[in-house]
Amino acid sequence: MLLYVLRRALAVVPILFGVSVICFSLVHLGPGDAINAITPDNATPEVIAAIRKAYGFDRPLPIQYFDWLGLVLSGNLGTSILTGRSVAAEIVPAALHTSVLAVCAICVSLFAGLAMGMLAGFARQRWADRLVSSFAVLGVSVPHYWMGIVLVAVFSVKLGLLPAMGMGPATAISEFGLNDLKFIILPALTLSLIPTAIIARTTRATIAETRKNDFVQTLRSVGLGRRRIIWHVTKNAAPAILTVSGLQIAQLLGGSILVETVFAWPGTGYLLNTAITTRDLPLLQGTILVLATFFVLMNFIVDMLQPLCDPRIVRQ
Amino acid sequence: MAADKSSPNSKHAVANADPGRKLETTISCPAIARRSLLRSLLLGVAAGTVPWSRSHAQAREKVLRVGMTLSDIPQTSGQATGGAEGIRFVCDTMYDSLVAWDLSHADRASSLIPGLASSWSVDPATKKVWTFKLRPGVIFHDGSAFDAHAVVWNLEKLQNPAAPQYDKRQAAQAGNYVTNIVRAEAVDDLTVNITTKNVDGTFVYAASSIYYSSPKHWESLGGDWSKFEKNPSGTGPWMFDKLVPRERLEMVRFAKYWDKSRVPKCDRLVLRPVPDSTTRVAALLSNQVDFIEAPPPDAVPQIRAAGMQLITNVYPHIWPYMLSYQPDSPFRDIRLRKAANLAIDRDAVVKLLRGLARPAKGLVVPTHPWFGKPTFDIKYDPDAARKLMADAGFGPTNKAKIKFLISSAGSGQMQPLPMNELIQQNFQDVGFDVTLETIDWEALRQHRQAGSQSPENRGVSGINYSWTIQDPIFALVGQTWHGAKRVAGYNWGGFADAHADELALRPLEEFDLNEQNKKLAELHAYLVDQAMWIFVVHDLNPRALSSKLTGFVEAQNWYQDLTPIDIKS
Repeated sequence: MLLYVLRRALAVVPILFGVSVICFSLVHLGPGDAINAITPDNATPEVIAAIRKAYGFDRPLPIQYFDWLGLVLSGNLGTSILTGRSVAAEIVPAALHTSVLAVCAICVSLFAGLAMGMLAGFARQRWADRLVSSFAVLGVSVPHYWMGIVLVAVFSVKLGLLPAMGMGPATAISEFGLNDLKFIILPALTLSLIPTAIIARTTRATIAETRKNDFVQTLRSVGLGRRRIIWHVTKNAAPAILTVSGLQIAQLLGGSILVETVFAWPGTGYLLNTAITTRDLPLLQGTILVLATFFVLMNFIVDMLQPLCDPRIVRQ
Repeated sequence: MAADKSSPNSKHAVANADPGRKLETTISCPAIARRSLLRSLLLGVAAGTVPWSRSHAQAREKVLRVGMTLSDIPQTSGQATGGAEGIRFVCDTMYDSLVAWDLSHADRASSLIPGLASSWSVDPATKKVWTFKLRPGVIFHDGSAFDAHAVVWNLEKLQNPAAPQYDKRQAAQAGNYVTNIVRAEAVDDLTVNITTKNVDGTFVYAASSIYYSSPKHWESLGGDWSKFEKNPSGTGPWMFDKLVPRERLEMVRFAKYWDKSRVPKCDRLVLRPVPDSTTRVAALLSNQVDFIEAPPPDAVPQIRAAGMQLITNVYPHIWPYMLSYQPDSPFRDIRLRKAANLAIDRDAVVKLLRGLARPAKGLVVPTHPWFGKPTFDIKYDPDAARKLMADAGFGPTNKAKIKFLISSAGSGQMQPLPMNELIQQNFQDVGFDVTLETIDWEALRQHRQAGSQSPENRGVSGINYSWTIQDPIFALVGQTWHGAKRVAGYNWGGFADAHADELALRPLEEFDLNEQNKKLAELHAYLVDQAMWIFVVHDLNPRALSSKLTGFVEAQNWYQDLTPIDIKS
């Protein structure tokens, strides 16, 4: 097990290095100049050169990359061009806002997705299966920002039950109280739509597949009750479900540009949208790096959890 | 710093005593967040109710909540980021300039009026030394006095990299306006002389865009602009109270504002960045905000049906195609330029935008003092357009190939994709073979700054780029200067015309604003007669307001005054 953990942990290092190279390169490959957002309209070439120099964009890209990497390794993600604020100070509150939203969406997704998937998996070809399968297809097909707009139109505009945007009067997540939970309902429901459908579909398929295995027949033949058989089937199906659920959770925690923008929820997705539209490269590459690192670490955690469900993984 | 004792909100004084405190509250550790959430849940469950809402405490306050199109709060230290919207909501609320716009009328184009300067004059000998007489008794929000030394200090903040108060971020935003200033000197406490490099009668327009931060407050914050950003102090009618990045900027009424007629009617102003237009409309309709910028045309019936106010007015905006005058551009031929202007069914464009635009007759609307008397009447006349095309040797079997760069969205671009597709069809009908190349807004901005002569614009006949016509240089004069004299970013196409050059010089040598307007009108009429661009529509600057708001006057301007707005109880 220790060797397994070490091998997986070592694999994370080159992946993170690759992630840093890719996110630095991608933001510089995109159209538009890094200083465009702050360059006056009538800036002369001399002024543009001076601004470029002041922000360090006049140096060759490899040097800029290694300078940035040095800063990142020392815990400094740089400074936003547009706001002058530290990129880390921008990302931390945004990540916390996204986390709160994601945790709510995860709870909905896991509960609803697993429940529906198991129901369909153990009741194949019956009405419950067909209903869940239809929902799953709908869930992965409907654009979630569109669903967000529909939910807002119904629950905020038409019925006036829930707020349409923002995270309420709280100025920070530490001030987020029970009364503010109404602000989270619509974005969380919207955000949970796709993961719920994916988890439900995966759970259904995995359960149905596992039920076909010979050991289920054996369990029946030795006289195990229905509940015990469901337990054994679920346990055997768990690794595949866990992998998919883990990825969905990671995706939710990474934030959603569209959902957060539709609901003006000041999380990492909203931050990315701001960074993209304003060409704030330090903010953009810092946010992408943090999110990508988070994904890598989530995958690592899922890899660590899998052997707990299925010890054969370590042996393989 | 000296807290403003007269502030109606004691929180402001507390906030000022601890610079940066407000912003820091937005960053907290997850453990605290979890504890707070858990505590709230437990308390709520135990009490059988939800925790007390902060909004109850604000119930007695008149709070004006605005949904902006920006995705973040603009820079608050003086010269705002975020273009015109940043200036509108941050500069014109918390700060003042020496010369101001009269935003109190909706029925005529806004004009310049005295602001922090009660009067100004120009040295008749050199025509380069401007003397501004400052208004006595003006104070910053921190209580310190606004005087000539503060003016000089602020100009150094923007121009002198060696000055301790130099702020490269504000300097970048003010580059357009201070470029012609050589030096500034305080003659006495209430008189300041500003010397320009070139004779420029339009300098007052630049002066209206330079905003004044408090030197004393900056010093009290240790000379740190990042602290000032979190706790700014200007002389404007609204006073900073709270900033949560990307969430909100809150200001309170400044009761000691020098212009008593502009002391805000509301107690508090809350600015919310809401970049998604559908969300802004939903927020208004669900009573989360009271005032939204730029509702989308599709939402107009819904807004009206809900009993909200939809307010529109013309303002100095044009949605044109800037044309290339490079050797390979078909638009070097004035017949093609006129044909393109006559080919567009502007009423159809207006209909597409549900009435939120007005057909263009030039760069400015006919009621604007700069319109003049152009002889070329811009209208929809496809037959005349076809005739001009035929005269130039083009027709249905031999179409003139043109390529426009357009954006999918962007500041002032309205609904660029459907509008361009409609106009593309109009052009095809009269003998143009049009290629539309869609690029990102910032990339388009970069193409414009580079000019049509640059390699990245090779083969491009025009760019669809909405333009501000508020400042004479920006609007008209800069569009005629070319070659070595070209102001970077202006006159994208390289329009070069000796008569236009001569006409463009006249307003710069005229210091009486009424006479200057007449000279600008002559220039404008000539540019229209030359069909310098393809003029399409003017945006009508739509805003949607809650039915409970009163007093808002939408000026014919990019900037607006929020101080007269009141809320019906």
